[in-house]
Amino acid sequence: MDSLTSVILTPVITAVLLLLIPGNFRVVLRLAAILGSACTAWTAVSLFSRFHAGQEGFQFESLVPWVTVGPLNLAYHVGADGLNIGLILVTGLVGFAAVLVSWNIERHVKMFYVLLMLMIAGAMGAFASLDLFVFYFFNELALVPTFIMIGVWGRGEDRNWAAFKITLYLTLGALIALVGLIAFYVAAGANSLDVTVLKAHLAAHPLSAAAQTWIFPLVVFGFAILVGLFPFHSWAPVGYAAAPTATAMMHAGILKKAGLYAILRMAVPLMPDGAHRWLPVVAVLAVGNLLHCAWVALRQKDMNLLIGNSSLAHMGFAFLGIASLTVIGVTGTVLVMVAHALLAGLSFALSGYLETQTGTLDMTRMGGLLRKMPFYGTALVMGFMASCGLPGFANFAGEATVLFGSWKSLPWLVIIAAWSGLIIGAVAMLRALRAVLQGPEKPEFSRVVDTGYWRRLPFVVLLSAMVLFGVAPGILTSRIEPAAKAVVAAHLTPLHAGQAPAVPAAPAASAPGQSGH
Amino acid sequence: MNYSLITLEVLAVLLGLIVLLADLWVSPAARKGLGLGLAAALGCLLAFAVGSLAPQSGSAFSDMFVVDDLARYFKGFFVFAALAVVLMAVDFAPKFGSGLSEFFALTVFALVGMLFAASANDLVLLFVSLELITVTFFVLNSFQRTQLASLEAGVKYLILGGVSSAFMVFGIALIFGTANSTNFAVLAAKQKELAHSALFLMGLLLVLVGLGFKIAAVPFQMWAPDVYQGSPAPATAFLAVGSKAAGFVLLIRLLVGAVPQITAEWHRLFVVMSGATILFGSLCAIPQRNLKRLMGYSSIANAGYLLLGIVAGSAGGSTAVLYYLGGYAFTVLAAFTVISAIANHVESDDISALSGLGQRSPFLAACLTMAIVSLAGIPPMAGFFGKLLLFKSVLDVAPGHPELYALIAVAVVGVVISLYYYFGVIRAIYWGGQSANLSIIPVALSTRIVLLACVAGILFLGILPQGLVKIADHAVADLSQKAAPVAQPAH
Repeated sequence: MDSLTSVILTPVITAVLLLLIPGNFRVVLRLAAILGSACTAWTAVSLFSRFHAGQEGFQFESLVPWVTVGPLNLAYHVGADGLNIGLILVTGLVGFAAVLVSWNIERHVKMFYVLLMLMIAGAMGAFASLDLFVFYFFNELALVPTFIMIGVWGRGEDRNWAAFKITLYLTLGALIALVGLIAFYVAAGANSLDVTVLKAHLAAHPLSAAAQTWIFPLVVFGFAILVGLFPFHSWAPVGYAAAPTATAMMHAGILKKAGLYAILRMAVPLMPDGAHRWLPVVAVLAVGNLLHCAWVALRQKDMNLLIGNSSLAHMGFAFLGIASLTVIGVTGTVLVMVAHALLAGLSFALSGYLETQTGTLDMTRMGGLLRKMPFYGTALVMGFMASCGLPGFANFAGEATVLFGSWKSLPWLVIIAAWSGLIIGAVAMLRALRAVLQGPEKPEFSRVVDTGYWRRLPFVVLLSAMVLFGVAPGILTSRIEPAAKAVVAAHLTPLHAGQAPAVPAAPAASAPGQSGH
Repeated sequence: MNYSLITLEVLAVLLGLIVLLADLWVSPAARKGLGLGLAAALGCLLAFAVGSLAPQSGSAFSDMFVVDDLARYFKGFFVFAALAVVLMAVDFAPKFGSGLSEFFALTVFALVGMLFAASANDLVLLFVSLELITVTFFVLNSFQRTQLASLEAGVKYLILGGVSSAFMVFGIALIFGTANSTNFAVLAAKQKELAHSALFLMGLLLVLVGLGFKIAAVPFQMWAPDVYQGSPAPATAFLAVGSKAAGFVLLIRLLVGAVPQITAEWHRLFVVMSGATILFGSLCAIPQRNLKRLMGYSSIANAGYLLLGIVAGSAGGSTAVLYYLGGYAFTVLAAFTVISAIANHVESDDISALSGLGQRSPFLAACLTMAIVSLAGIPPMAGFFGKLLLFKSVLDVAPGHPELYALIAVAVVGVVISLYYYFGVIRAIYWGGQSANLSIIPVALSTRIVLLACVAGILFLGILPQGLVKIADHAVADLSQKAAPVAQPAH
C-alpha cells in the first residue's frame, strides 16, 4: 500500500478495531486509539520528511478508478505537493494530540474514539485528494461525528443549538460548493474533477469567462463558509465553545483548512478569470474577519469564545494571501494554514485542560494560576504569544509572508490587517493572559494542579512543531513554493485567450497608432 | 407467444396462494415459522430474479408485457423489498394480533402487482398492476384492526386511491380515444402528431395524476403523512419502498420511454412539481413529533428529489433515479426495520420515545443513525451518491434553462432543511431528553440479518457505487435506445 493511502486508512482501521473492543474496556480503548493515532502521526511525519522539497508536481501519487460509467468519471486520486504535505503533517500531529487530551472522556468512550478516528480519516483523505469529488466525500465524513460529539460530550446549555447551527452552516456551504463543483464538471467537459486531468484539459479547451464568473463564487463562497469567512462565520465560535476539546481541536485546527485547500487546489488555478473577478470581494470580506472577529475576540470573557474568534481573525490572513494572487502571498497562506492548525489545536487543548481544573472558562473569575501551574502557564503564554504574532513561532512566519505578498496588490488591506489583526489580536491575547495567569490567587481554585508528565505530551508536540516551523520556516516554504507557483501560474501567464490578454491587447492596439505619428 | 417471460410473476402468485392455503394447516403459534419459510422462498425468488436463469429479454401478450434490463432491475428490487418486509413482519407479529399469514399473502400479492408494473408496456397493464398494488395496500394499511389510526390510514388510502384511479382510467380512455392504442411503443411512434392533440395531452395529464398519487408528489401527497403514521410499520415500509418505486418505474416507462418529446415540452411542469414536492416535504417535516409521520413527509421530499431525474429527461436522469431508489430501498428498509423492532418496547411512535436508544440498543441506534444520515445525503452513505447523480443529471441539461438552476437552488435548500429534522432524530437517539426506561431492547436474529444487510447495502452503495451505477446505466440504455428515434428538442 502506498504511503498516502496508509495515512488515510490507518485511522479507519483503528476505528474498525475499536468497534470490536467491548465498550467497558476503557483503558484498552484509549490505548488502542492512542496507538492508532500515533501510527497515523508517525506516517505523516515520515511522509513529510521523505517529501522532496523544491520539486514540481505530485509525489506519493496513486490513482484508482472509483466510478467510471459513461460520462461519469471519478477516481480515488491522491498525491502530495507543497499545498497539502504540511497539512497532512499537522493533521497527524493534531489528531494525535486530540486523542491524548481526551483522557477525561468518561461516557461512551468507544463511540467517542471511533468518531474521532473518522474525523482524522476524513481530514487526511480530504487533504490528500486530487479529485474534487473525493475531496468532498472525505470532507463530509467529519460532519456527522462533529454533530454527535457536540451533542453527546459537548459543553454548556447551548450545545444543542450549537450542534445544529454548525451542522446546518457546514452543510449549506458544502452543498453550495458541491453544486459549483458539478457545474464546473459539466461546463469544463473534461468528464473528470481530477485536478491533473482538468489542468490538462483546460489548457486545450479553456472555460469561458462567463462560466467562470458564476461558477467561481459558488465554489469559493461555498467553501469559504466552511472556513468561516465573514459574514458566514457565526457558527464557528459557538460551535467550538460547545464542542468537546478534541472536536474543537480537530475542527478549528484541521477541518476548517479543508475549504481553503479546495480553493487553492481547484478554484484559483483553474478559474483564473473568475478569480480576477471575485477575489477582490474575498479580500474585502477577509478584512471583515480581521477587524470584526478580532474586535469581537477582544470582548470575550469565555476563553473558548476568545480562541474561536481569534482563530477566525487568523483566517483573514489566509484569505488575504489567496486574494493577493502572488507566489509569496499563496506561500504565506499555506504557512498560515499549517501554523494555525497547530495553534488552534494547542489553544483548544489548553482551554480544555483549564476547564477540567477550574470547572469554568470564565476568565474574569480566574487569576494567579501561573503560580499553581508553571508548565501549563508557560504553554499558555507561548500559545497566546504565537497568536499575537510573536516572531519565533510559525504563525509569525506565515502572517508576515502574507503581508509581504499582498503589499503590492492590496496595500490598504495590508495596513488594516497588520494593525487590526496583529494589534487588536495582541491586546485580546495579552489581556486574557493577565486575567488567567497573573494577579491575586483565587481561593476557589486552590485545588488546581499542573499537568502531569503524561498530559504534557500533546502540548509539547504541538509547541515544538510551532517553534520548529517558526525558527526554520524554510523547511515548509521550500516545499510550498513550487506548488504556490503552480497555483498562481495561470495568473502570471494567462491560460487562454479569454479575458486576461485584454490587458496587454490595449497597449498593443494603441502602439501602432502612436508609431504612425 | 413466450409465456416463460412471466415465470417470476407466476411463481410469486403461487407463493401467495401457498401461504394462504398453508394458513389452514399451520397452527397460530407456528405462523412466524411460516413467515420465515416465506422469506426463504422469497430469497430463492430473488436469486432467480437477479440470476442468469431469469427470463431473457422479450415481450409477450401482444407487446403488453416486456422483459428488459429495466424490468429485471426493478424486479430484483421489489423482491428484495418484499423479503425484508416479510422478515420485518415476523418480528412485528405480536402487534397484529391475528391474521399474520394473510399479511404475508397480501404482501406477496402486492409484490406481484409491482412485478407486473416493472414490465408494463401498456396503459392497461399499467392500470391493472397499479390497482393490484393499491387494493392490497388498502388492507395492509389497516391491518392493525383494533387501532383507530390504522383504520383511518386504510380508509384515507382507499378514498384518495379510488379517486386517483378514477382520474387515471379517465385519462387512459382519452389516450385510447385519440391514439387508438394504449401501447407505449405505439404511443412513442405517434407522439409527434399526438403532441398537438389537446385531448391526448389531457389524458396524459390525468394519468400523471394517478402516478403522482403513487409516488406522493405535490399536489397528490395529502394521504402520505396520515397513512405512514397509521399503518403498521412493515406495511409502511413496503409502501415507502415498493409502491413508490413502482410509481417511478411506470413514470420512466411512460415519460422517458414512450413520450419523451412531450415530457421535454412539459419540463416546466415537472420543475414546478419537483420543487414544490421538495419544499412541501421538507418544510412540513420540521414540526413533526411522530417518527412515522416524519418519514411520511421525508418520503414526499424524496419523491421530489427523484423527480429531478424525470425533469432532466435524459438517460443520466433515469440512471440517477434507479440508483437513488436502490440506495433509498436499503435506507428506508433499515429505518423501518428499526422502527418496527422497537415498536414492542417503546411506548409510542414519538421521536422523543427514541431517547436512550443509544444505551438501550447501540446496534439499533447505529443502524437508525446510518439510515438517517443516508436519507440526509451525507457521505459515505448511499443517499449522498444518489443525490449527487440526480443533481448532476439536472445540471447536465441546465445550460440555457434558468428554471433548472432555480430548481437546483430549491433542492439545496431542501437538503439543508431536511438535515435539521433528520439530525433531530439523531439527537433524540443519543442525547435528547431523559428516558426513564433504560432496559435493553432485544433484537431478533431475523431483524438483525435484515438490518446488517441494509446497512451493508447503504455503505457499499455509498463507498463503491460503481457496480449499481453500471447496472442502472445498462437498464436505462435499453429504454433510450427504444426512444432513440425521437430527439428531445429542449435539450
